[in-house]
Amino acid sequence: MSTHSSVDLSTTLCGVRLPNLTVLASGVLGLSHEIMARVARSGAGAVTTKSCSVKPRPGYHNPTILQWKGGLINAVGLSNPGVEVMVEEVRAAKECLAPLGVPLIASIFADTIYDFGTAARFISEAEPDLVEVNISCPNVDAEYLQMFAADPYVAAQVTHRVKLNTDIPVLVKLSPNVTDVVEIAQAVVEAGADGITAINSLGPGIILDIETCRPVLAHGTGGVSGPAMRPIAVRCVRDICRAVDVPVLALGGVTSGRDAIEMILVGAAAVGIGSAVAYRGMAVFRQVCDEVEAYMESHGYTNLEQLRGKALEFF
Amino acid sequence: MSLPQTVRIRQIREDTHTIRTLVLEAEVPEAKPGQFVMIWLPGLDEKPMSIAHPTPLTVTVASVGPFTMKLHQKKVGDTIGWRGPYGRGFSLREDVPALLLGGGCGVGPMRFLATHAVERGVPTTVAIGARTGSELACMGDFEALGVNLILTTDNGSRGHQGYVTQAIEIFAARNSEFAVYACGPEPMLVAIHRVCREREIPGQLSLERYMKCGFGICGQCALDGFLVCQDGPVFGVEQLDGLRDFGQARRTATGRRLPLRNG
Repeated sequence: MSTHSSVDLSTTLCGVRLPNLTVLASGVLGLSHEIMARVARSGAGAVTTKSCSVKPRPGYHNPTILQWKGGLINAVGLSNPGVEVMVEEVRAAKECLAPLGVPLIASIFADTIYDFGTAARFISEAEPDLVEVNISCPNVDAEYLQMFAADPYVAAQVTHRVKLNTDIPVLVKLSPNVTDVVEIAQAVVEAGADGITAINSLGPGIILDIETCRPVLAHGTGGVSGPAMRPIAVRCVRDICRAVDVPVLALGGVTSGRDAIEMILVGAAAVGIGSAVAYRGMAVFRQVCDEVEAYMESHGYTNLEQLRGKALEFF
Repeated sequence: MSLPQTVRIRQIREDTHTIRTLVLEAEVPEAKPGQFVMIWLPGLDEKPMSIAHPTPLTVTVASVGPFTMKLHQKKVGDTIGWRGPYGRGFSLREDVPALLLGGGCGVGPMRFLATHAVERGVPTTVAIGARTGSELACMGDFEALGVNLILTTDNGSRGHQGYVTQAIEIFAARNSEFAVYACGPEPMLVAIHRVCREREIPGQLSLERYMKCGFGICGQCALDGFLVCQDGPVFGVEQLDGLRDFGQARRTATGRRLPLRNG
């Protein structure tokens, strides 16, 4: 980002200032504070940790994450070292990120509504700038009967429980794999969500190895992410932004500045980047910023507010 | 490109009672010495393995746990999967002689590098270390390449008695300038790192960590601020100075940092 540019890429998410619109998505690289610091130094406007639960989870056997023509497919199984370890990583990461002005988003999940509250309370001790509640992992429905994000009543209950256990602004991460994402978004906002993260990966999907006739993922099915899901993500973000008044952290297949601008045009406050790290490395954050900035400069925009929701009138 | 390809095992060679070399029905001509592939046993797991030879794809594997034990039980004609190549390999210096140090199945990537060095006309010496003479692996591969060989065993049953790191001293007595390349158990790499830094010898070391993706996205292989899968697995000795995790800690499948098991 050039310092003499007249373009301002900063944005605000639930009252938290981000130096630019790009956010490291949960589940990518967000395991150790050293790597999260490196992502921040690489130009991310905010960094989200990998989702953690009250107890540690080893996740599924490999293969857990694979690249295919359309993007990635993954069934990691929410592996994480548990909130007691993650609280220390969050604390250390915050120390690294604060001087850079880059906020930290701590992602949590749980297998019961009650434990969502417990995880939120524990992780809040490390004072992340935002708490993201992952109720939408597509890979654990067999364990949990169904995603918490699949039912508006359950999604609201989780949100309420988390809000009771933290004073930090809460983002609830929704799934595209539902009949009506708007209904879920409205339910979590009514229950107190300060913002929405949309969307988690698509599916689950299946890729087979036709020589052995087996699924390539050890878990059999996995969440689909990357370019293949982007048009669906943009539609979900549009639907949510039209229906609720809270800020939306939009993600799903964003790999370039033009993709990020699309998300802003349908009303997003900030834009998550995950799978694109596989294509462009950690440099993707600065590259996307440069591309957004070039677009804004050539089109005469000076801040993101001038672009935000600009496409909504055409639907 | 990155979905695993399942192929048959063309050939299996028993190198020692714990180390085997598997040749697959696959060609990876774009691979560079020091790069790795993810080897998949369908229905079981997938692990990173350094490439011992690219055409046909060859890996040298020590039986150290449930996965490698199952891999050792595979027969010629059985099907396994692979994807890659991944990572940053060795960067061979062509202006100075090369001293390659391999411990255990770490001789695998040293074979690939030695082949490359010989092709480039770089004077090459390979040092192989093991606990006993019967555990020295792949000597025939290096003899066939025509490189100088230094053998070390902990008990002195073959070659020089002592650790493979002693080969640096032996080599330094005859060569004023050279570069070190090594792969093996981490305590061995820590010792080599120390010698290289004390004597100001340029060196590159191939490290190993638990991995999920292999292409820089899961963060599971974090070594301080490095990703072993992308920034490594080969690191310059200067990159490893002062790292908290080098020789000390690894991450498990949960992502938790635990003390490195030595040996």
